[in-house]
Amino acid sequence: MTTTQTLPRSVTPPPVPSRRHGRGRLPGAQLWQASPLTYLALILGGVLSIFPIIWSFIIASRDNSAVYEMPPTPGDQLFTNIDRMLANEDAAFIYGLVNSAVVSTVVTISVIFFSSLAGFAFAKLRFRGSNALLLIIIMTMMVPTQLGVIPLYLMMVELGWTGTLQAVIVPFLVQGFGVFMMRQYAMSAISDELIEAARLDGCSTWRIYWNVVLPALRPAAAVLGLLTFMQTWNEFLWPFIVLTPDTPTVQYSLKILSSGLYQTDYVALFAGTALATLPLLIVFIIFGRQIIGGIMEGAVKS
Amino acid sequence: MSSTVGAVPPSRAASPPPSAPLHRRRSYRLGRWDLKYSPYLYVAPFFVLFGVFGLFPVLYTVYVSLFDYELLSGTKEYAGLENYRLLMQDAQFWNAAYNTLGIFLLSTVPQLIVALMLANLLNRQMKARTLLRMGVVIPNITSVAAVGIIFALIFADRYGLINWLLGTVGFDPIAWRDNRFASWFAIAFMVDWRWTGYNALIYLGAMQAIPKDLYESASLDGASTWRQFWSITVPLIRPTILFTIIISTIGGFQIFTEPLMYGNGLVRGGVDHQFQTLAMYIYEKTFTGNAEYGYGSAMSWLLFMMIIVFALINFVLVRRSVKGDKK
Repeated sequence: MTTTQTLPRSVTPPPVPSRRHGRGRLPGAQLWQASPLTYLALILGGVLSIFPIIWSFIIASRDNSAVYEMPPTPGDQLFTNIDRMLANEDAAFIYGLVNSAVVSTVVTISVIFFSSLAGFAFAKLRFRGSNALLLIIIMTMMVPTQLGVIPLYLMMVELGWTGTLQAVIVPFLVQGFGVFMMRQYAMSAISDELIEAARLDGCSTWRIYWNVVLPALRPAAAVLGLLTFMQTWNEFLWPFIVLTPDTPTVQYSLKILSSGLYQTDYVALFAGTALATLPLLIVFIIFGRQIIGGIMEGAVKS
Repeated sequence: MSSTVGAVPPSRAASPPPSAPLHRRRSYRLGRWDLKYSPYLYVAPFFVLFGVFGLFPVLYTVYVSLFDYELLSGTKEYAGLENYRLLMQDAQFWNAAYNTLGIFLLSTVPQLIVALMLANLLNRQMKARTLLRMGVVIPNITSVAAVGIIFALIFADRYGLINWLLGTVGFDPIAWRDNRFASWFAIAFMVDWRWTGYNALIYLGAMQAIPKDLYESASLDGASTWRQFWSITVPLIRPTILFTIIISTIGGFQIFTEPLMYGNGLVRGGVDHQFQTLAMYIYEKTFTGNAEYGYGSAMSWLLFMMIIVFALINFVLVRRSVKGDKK
């Protein structure tokens, strides 16, 4: 835990000496102290952010006859609703949860591994063409890969991968943003002397990566891992295209639930959204600080 | 690291400072080989995997778009630009393009402006800082599918929360699906709910790199807080603003899941396709019915072109309107 605290170094405001002197004396320094109005606005923003989530949990706890009742107060049917939702064989919700956990975990580990490996090479190894290659990687972050789904789908048909988990894993094993993020972190976190010392001890490049670089990159890897996991967990379009209802991810299960239960069993549907959101909510509450740090470092929307 | 706080504009990051020369004096052959080739080995997986599953499909879309290619009828014939010609005459295509553009504008403009304000509020000394930041970014961790389901009920016509609220203050309920503009608004609202706080945090990261003494001298000169925000903060984080605009354009034009879930999981996007987006129409043509891969690919490629054009327009617009500083 102590290591993870060190990452958001540029997240905490950089030490600006002038602020220390100025505060309290200059009128401008007042700007940096939040006023009650600021708190009010931010709290309002927070309430607006959290309310739909809480409200969906409230609906999930009600009886179907009370879905539309106002004001929003929770009922006592949460577990009955969850049971009924899980019993829906079309949606295969538990299976979806397990699949999502498998897919997200494999993708996360792979992205961390390949990103740190390439990031290390770009930050600390000299090779011809490295600048051009890095530029290409940055440009790949701008390619709307979603527009290639039709050929990608035909490719999966060719490979016989439709309806299997590798179809939603393999295309996502690497990520340009991850490489870039790891390279940025490696530049600042690993000194050249450290690598040189390891070389003098006779370490191969691989040993240096494994024993020196990877441990030093752990804080950034944790953030990258969290962001990747959440993104993969929430992925919708591609699983929806390439998977079948027999092998759903959790988002696909939600889709099946929503078409099947719409206007018939609302509360079970909301039990589904609650259960699909809960794992990420827990991750967010535990690692909120790191996730915020990662986004502020310049995360990229998928 | 300190120079790259916030969303790093690609152009600036492209030239890494020269790393110190360190590896010499490996005498044995294996070591030489290791030094020379392992860097390529380490970056290769990215290029191979991205090339095969990212870049190739996007480019291959062009090729497929030149074919009359249908799964069910089994046709696969070269058709030249026929698909594009048909698209130009396809009213449903134009309708979808219109919807996509409308939802994009309705969501992105307020989203980025509010995010900027929000970041400015967050950029001060305050108690419970992490908690407040978590508060604004929490929508981003919920899945789009779940958000769509939740907001479909919030904006439900008969018993929805919003119509209930409107009713309590004496307004008539709004037809959140039948009315085209209302449906756009509801979908844009979902997008904004999910992304505003996220963009605010990106801006905040950039704002914190601005030296505070700039503000102090400005306020000594009598510049109001509002003035300082527009003439110091906004110009100095301009690269980040441009970055978020490009990214929002790329994401916004591909919008699919929100309108899908809003319309009960159907790709038609309302009875009269009043909120069917391009991505939904591509899906409808390609993965339902006759599975017209060629036609869908042509549409994908046109969408790609639209994204590039709009990203450039936005880029130029913002560059003009937000004056940069002297550097």
